[in-house]
Amino acid sequence: MRVTVAEDSVLVRDGIVGVLTRFSHTVVGAVGDAPALLAAVRADRPDLVLTDVRMPAGPESGLRAAVELRRADPGLPVLVLSQVVAPVAAEELLDTGDGAGVGYLLKDRVADVAGFVAAVERVGTGGTVLDPEVVARLVRRRRDPVARLSPREREVLDLMAQDRSNAEVAAELVLSDAAVNKHVRSVFTKLDLPADVSGHRRVLAVLAWLRSAG
Amino acid sequence: MRIVTAWQAVDQQPLRFLATAWPWRSLAFLLTGALLGAGLVGVVAVVTSGLVLGGPWVAAGTAVVLVVSVGLAGRPLAVLERARLRLVDTAPLPAPPRPAGRWWSAARWRAPLTRREIGFALLAATALAALDAGVLGFSLVLPVLLFVSPVDDPTAWPLVALGVLLLAATPRTVTAWAGARATLTRTVLGPRGTELGPDLSDVSTRRLLGAFATERARIERDLHDGAQQRLVALGVTLGLARLDAVDGSACAARLDTARDELGLALTELRDLVRGLDPATLADNGLAVAVADRARRCPVPVEVDLHLPAELPPAVAGTAYFVLTEALTNIARHSGATTASIGGGRHADQLVLEVRDDGRGGADPAGGTGLSGLAERVALAGGRLRLSSPMGGPTLLRVELPCG
Repeated sequence: MRVTVAEDSVLVRDGIVGVLTRFSHTVVGAVGDAPALLAAVRADRPDLVLTDVRMPAGPESGLRAAVELRRADPGLPVLVLSQVVAPVAAEELLDTGDGAGVGYLLKDRVADVAGFVAAVERVGTGGTVLDPEVVARLVRRRRDPVARLSPREREVLDLMAQDRSNAEVAAELVLSDAAVNKHVRSVFTKLDLPADVSGHRRVLAVLAWLRSAG
Repeated sequence: MRIVTAWQAVDQQPLRFLATAWPWRSLAFLLTGALLGAGLVGVVAVVTSGLVLGGPWVAAGTAVVLVVSVGLAGRPLAVLERARLRLVDTAPLPAPPRPAGRWWSAARWRAPLTRREIGFALLAATALAALDAGVLGFSLVLPVLLFVSPVDDPTAWPLVALGVLLLAATPRTVTAWAGARATLTRTVLGPRGTELGPDLSDVSTRRLLGAFATERARIERDLHDGAQQRLVALGVTLGLARLDAVDGSACAARLDTARDELGLALTELRDLVRGLDPATLADNGLAVAVADRARRCPVPVEVDLHLPAELPPAVAGTAYFVLTEALTNIARHSGATTASIGGGRHADQLVLEVRDDGRGGADPAGGTGLSGLAERVALAGGRLRLSSPMGGPTLLRVELPCG
């Protein structure tokens, strides 16, 4: 993919560029502030934008630029990196372009190189990636209905909210595909979720449920 | 040193003072005080006879009249007392600024000054007036009675000697009591605390809080722009190195360990920074920040806050600090299974209550962060109260001024 990277710390920017290049993506632009990001996106038309939330000229200037880009072009995949977990910021992103092709990750996740690149590629193909920390908070916020789930179903819900497929959930929890299917169905039933959604739309359904006021 | 009060006169010139106007001024002060009391005793006598002689309606009516008149008498009596004070204390006693509002408005009646004035009116017209009269009786009337006693009983002449001694002490007795009474008047009816206007301590406190906030923001920025970025970059480098290491090799294992350690360091640093300057607080206000913090607490927390839209940043910052510390304490020490945060704005105060059903026995002296909490609250001009019996439950109540 052709990626534009915006990050004010040169060290981190170089690291991210190195990681993406290593996995044969092309970095078409690497900038250090929000105005430069907007200009670079207009000039280079990247397949994906990767930006830090906090850049010079405003505590959330990176996030503001990301939201602006998404509003102008809801099909443009955007992955935002943040030093802090701010569910509010993540939700603001999810509200753009139905939440397809957006990601919100803690900056520390870049260190898990393979996982980070997987997240970039998932967002690039229209998926939704939310940091497990953010998901955990959304789940905690809906404590009452979630309390009806068994511990195993809680784990499955967490992973579904992170846009994992049934096969991935099975691998992560060391369960059979059949068992995972059963748990997923049970979660959907208990939470009154539409059971017929799949793929990227499933995570959005789960997230929409988590975000709706309990 | 210039003498401005009767007390200073007695104290500094015990003999010369007898030739000054001070004893006479003190006498006048006590006489007017006693007369004031006598006037009130008259009123009470009338009312009491109304109670005794009239039916229940008359009784109720007079009682109401009495209560209302005491309430209304507070201010004129205070004005009178401040004027009388000039007899024995030449330093003027400024009247504190009136609470805003017309005389019948609730704010006016709730103001501490109004309450002090009514209280002092009651005190001055009863106990103090009786004491004034008592001192006058002892130092003037009693000697006179002693002087005239030999008229009826010639053997009672030693009493005359006693009378002379008493009369010699009279100027000092009168002046001493007048001085004490004047001090009381000044204490109760003078301006105090915030009525003095934004006094020095207030200003310095606010500046201190402001300096804290600035300093916290600076540290937070430095950490964010410096250490955190370096550690993230280090993590990326480690991650890339791990890709180059052969799976299963000792080097790969060490790199994995290093990455995990680094992850922990970053998490700790993130929590530290969040404590310094909670981003959500500045962006979304106290209620959201607190709800957010409560969700991170391992103990389930019910949050029920009714806050005004606009809280001064310093108040919001202090409130957030208090609540997060309280939640930390609950998670660490209480053993609670549930906790709740409640609060809202009452008049010009932000009241916060944190409850938990833990084991109780929280002790500010125990060094569980409670003393730090109390200091922070005191710095903001607020008050912190704690009820934590052994066996629980624990209630922490914080009142912060946010006028």
